[in-house]
Amino acid sequence: MTTQIHYAPKGVLRVRLEGELDHHCAFQVRRELDEAIDWSAPAVLELDMAGVTFMDSSGIGVVLGRYKRIKSQGGSMRVVNVPPRVDQIFSMAGLYAIIARG
Amino acid sequence: MEQHKNFMQMEIPARSENEGFARVVIGAFASRLDPTMEELADIKTAVSEAVTNAIVHAYANPGGIIALEAWAEPHRLEVAVRDCGRGIDNVTQAMEPFYTTSPETERSGMGFTVMQSFMDEVEVHSQSGHGTTVRMVKRIGCEE
Ligand SMILES: Nc1ncnc2c1ncn2[C@@H]1O[C@H](COP(=O)(O)OP(=O)(O)OP(=O)(O)O)[C@@H](O)[C@H]1O
Ligand SMILES: [Mg+2]
Repeated sequence: MTTQIHYAPKGVLRVRLEGELDHHCAFQVRRELDEAIDWSAPAVLELDMAGVTFMDSSGIGVVLGRYKRIKSQGGSMRVVNVPPRVDQIFSMAGLYAIIARG
Repeated sequence: MEQHKNFMQMEIPARSENEGFARVVIGAFASRLDPTMEELADIKTAVSEAVTNAIVHAYANPGGIIALEAWAEPHRLEVAVRDCGRGIDNVTQAMEPFYTTSPETERSGMGFTVMQSFMDEVEVHSQSGHGTTVRMVKRIGCEE
């Protein structure tokens, strides 16, 4: 899994995730995202899921964990370009009740 | 009957780098049943959940082993993921959505729910202190 981090204007932190998001890579993804969040203190964290070829419940933990972090700093979060399989798992976990889907 | 089924068995150390490997293996084995992309993804995801659980929850110390077994017959794949770890005290509770014993490591408690929604049968046998076996069945190429 690779993360492409893009600091856009107006306090939007865009991160594009690519590859398989499982427990094995969760720690690294979490660390990279948290570093970017803490460094830029964005108003909005946008996770672009278009390149995610596999995700299991470990991905729910990663997304929810970042949501909690950004929220504690007063920011918000959205996920965009969610592939159908990832969408199924997000829906199952009720994620869209708290995280916007762009 | 049983001996006519094609089957595979493997053992891997309970290390996270083997999660992707287990998915590739079960994917290759299941491919012989000519599943749709969707069915294949269902199987890989469910196996990933069970294997990840064995890695995350079963063993307190390194060195634990996970067994992955699968049986194929026309239109039906059966998979078993087995560990000899701590076991689950209350399986019914463990299988409830959002139930997790590891919230501090960002687990969401959705693993069993994912397995149940992607597979046709999920059975968990567990004995405290002795280990856990998750047995799952996926019917392939059967119209609902
Ligand atoms: N192989 C296992 N050995 C011991 N305990 C297990 C095993 N598998 C599951 N459990 C227990 O069952 C609980 C629920 O498992 P489940 O996969 O549904 O959620 P989780 O692993 O906690 O979170 P998630 O899968 O969403 O990351 C776990 O928190 C753990 O206590
Ligand atoms: Mg789990």
